[in-house]
Amino acid sequence: MSQSTALPGPGPVAVPPPRRGSVYRGVEGMWSWVAHRITGVLTFFFLFAHVLDTSLVRVSPDTYDRIIETYKNPFVNLLEVGLVGAVLFHALNGIRVTLIDFWSKGTRLQRPMLWVVLAVWVVLMVPGVYFMLQHTVRVMFGGAA
Amino acid sequence: MTAAYDPPATRGIEAPRAPRRKLGGRRSNMEMYSWLFMRLSGIVLVVLVLGHLLIMNVLDGGVHRINWGFVAGRWASPFWQVWDLLMLWLAELHGANGLRTVINDYARKDGTRFWLLMLLAASVLLTVGLGTLVIFTFDPTIS
Repeated sequence: MSQSTALPGPGPVAVPPPRRGSVYRGVEGMWSWVAHRITGVLTFFFLFAHVLDTSLVRVSPDTYDRIIETYKNPFVNLLEVGLVGAVLFHALNGIRVTLIDFWSKGTRLQRPMLWVVLAVWVVLMVPGVYFMLQHTVRVMFGGAA
Repeated sequence: MTAAYDPPATRGIEAPRAPRRKLGGRRSNMEMYSWLFMRLSGIVLVVLVLGHLLIMNVLDGGVHRINWGFVAGRWASPFWQVWDLLMLWLAELHGANGLRTVINDYARKDGTRFWLLMLLAASVLLTVGLGTLVIFTFDPTIS
């Protein structure tokens, strides 16, 4: 990022105004790092709960079925969309991080790779959200979707 | 270190090309292996976890078709038992290693850091232990 100290006004390179409101200036790289952290921590906390609820298969079929009904609640169903979105971002961005570390062109292409990550995320989430919420929408609004 | 001329202002500063000294056995490659583990386990988890989410949440009615019988049917196959066991271990270790980094980044006092790491270790032992036990001792005739 060798930004020249060009004067403001028309010119070949538009110099962005100084960024405020953040101690970091890493821009895309920093925000992808923040998002990677948050999605990772949230997923880890969910995993703790998920191992416990799945362990109920060992107690009795009825106990397990009663707890698993929670996952079918419309609000919790929405949270699952959030979980899948978080895990999918973490996975795609994790591939990007690995490529930055191991691929000779990775560092140079880290920014375009983030746009690819976000594009793939959107492309996969659109049908994903549709199928995940299909049942809930049908039950709540009757016949829709 | 053994420069012919060693003025007081630079005394104790190693020469740029000086051979690396051993730091009293405190050097280990642990953090490098931890870094490598995150990449390797991450690649495997992409397949295991995204496959799991696709089957459990998206395909064929998603979460609404899951019940005890569904789980019993899946764990009748060693393939899905191994899948789930590997996913459990890798996800817990990958997640715990990530959280270890987060704790090390933000804990300000040594005591806080120590107890958060202990709590983390306890949660990993509990989930990995319990999850492994459940996969290996699942009884499809329980009903």
